[in-house]
Amino acid sequence: MRLLTHNMLASNARGAVTGYPLKLQVVKWSTKEVEPNPEFLRGMLPKIDWPALVAATQALGLPELLPEAPPTDAELSAEGAAADEGSALRRLHRALLEIHIEEGALVCPDTDRCFPISRGVPNMLLHEDEVRN
Amino acid sequence: MPRPEVQAPPEIFYNESEARKYTTSSRIIEIQSRITERALELLALPNDGVPKLLLDIGCGSGLSGETLTEQGHHWIGYDISKSMLDVALEREAEGDLLLADMGQGLGLRPGVIDGAISISAVQWLCNADKSCHNPRLRLKAFFGSLYRCLARGARAVLQFYADNVKQSEMIVTAAMRAGFAGGVVVDWPHSSKAKKSYLVLTCGPPSLNSSLPKGKGQDGAMCSDDDESDDGSGDEDGAQTVGIYERNRPKKRQKTKKNGKGKAWLLNKKEQLRRRGREVPADTKYTGRKRKSYF
Repeated sequence: MRLLTHNMLASNARGAVTGYPLKLQVVKWSTKEVEPNPEFLRGMLPKIDWPALVAATQALGLPELLPEAPPTDAELSAEGAAADEGSALRRLHRALLEIHIEEGALVCPDTDRCFPISRGVPNMLLHEDEVRN
Repeated sequence: MPRPEVQAPPEIFYNESEARKYTTSSRIIEIQSRITERALELLALPNDGVPKLLLDIGCGSGLSGETLTEQGHHWIGYDISKSMLDVALEREAEGDLLLADMGQGLGLRPGVIDGAISISAVQWLCNADKSCHNPRLRLKAFFGSLYRCLARGARAVLQFYADNVKQSEMIVTAAMRAGFAGGVVVDWPHSSKAKKSYLVLTCGPPSLNSSLPKGKGQDGAMCSDDDESDDGSGDEDGAQTVGIYERNRPKKRQKTKKNGKGKAWLLNKKEQLRRRGREVPADTKYTGRKRKSYF
């Protein structure tokens, strides 16, 4: 599971108010390199919950990967940002799309319900008594 | 073979051997990718070359996701069957996979997804596989959470196989209740095998571009692809009427009035025959009179 998905995912269990952001417990993670796409990142940026993304990178043990404040549109569309290893664009790209969480767990902030991640697939199935309806 | 939906719940039906078919059967792969391409066409994403974040609900072994990846999109796949997701991992599906039950709601932040597709999955929601399942509530939870997570104006295209009209109605009603605009597009409606129903939904208020696209083959054209019917039953595609055996046809009852046809009718008939030059008895006071009851 990439951090992009983690950023979108919320807990669905009964008792969760927003269920967001899910706390990340990481046992194992890996990196798969992908070609960066500046247009996709620029379109995605307004939809990203920045504090949750920063908290996720900290849980991974990469506190220096992302700055406190989200990058501006100008920073992302700067000339040569896609080629420059240390640019804001490449860091965002690495955080969102290249880091895969393989083993670990997601914990609901409201109910402390734990959703285990195995082989990169989080198990979001709820038991009968946890379903909200 | 009965349809999968009536055999077992999805997480049990799609066991390892059933999931394996999805890596080996080129026919299934072919059909799945063709449906996905059509769903993407109906999704009508803006043609600006920018990748989108899509949902694939009931992604299974990631066959439909492969088509999404080919188009450059990022996707999040939902499925309830662990075996199918294992196959997807083996096939190295590019999207992120989630083991989840769509009837429990999708659990996504509001307004973040650019579009959703689902291939042959929604009809499973009509089944109550456990005593705690209520199809109506599960459909409501699914469509409600789908509506919330989609961005304004985003579309969802859900291909489904309804068992009967009632199921189809139930699915469409649940979608409309959640606030979606749209309806069902049927491709190849006259064919028994190539027929596919797509529920095309638009998030947000109805606008000009939320009008429904037309289904393929509605003007009576037949699906020309022969591999839909490659297993020797191709002729049933063209059959539109069903023959009835003579002996089974119900007999027509003759309508008779209780009191017979009446004197006026009889006189008229005799006049007609006379005009044709036939010998007809003369009209008397006895013509067309009533018989006595004891006759």
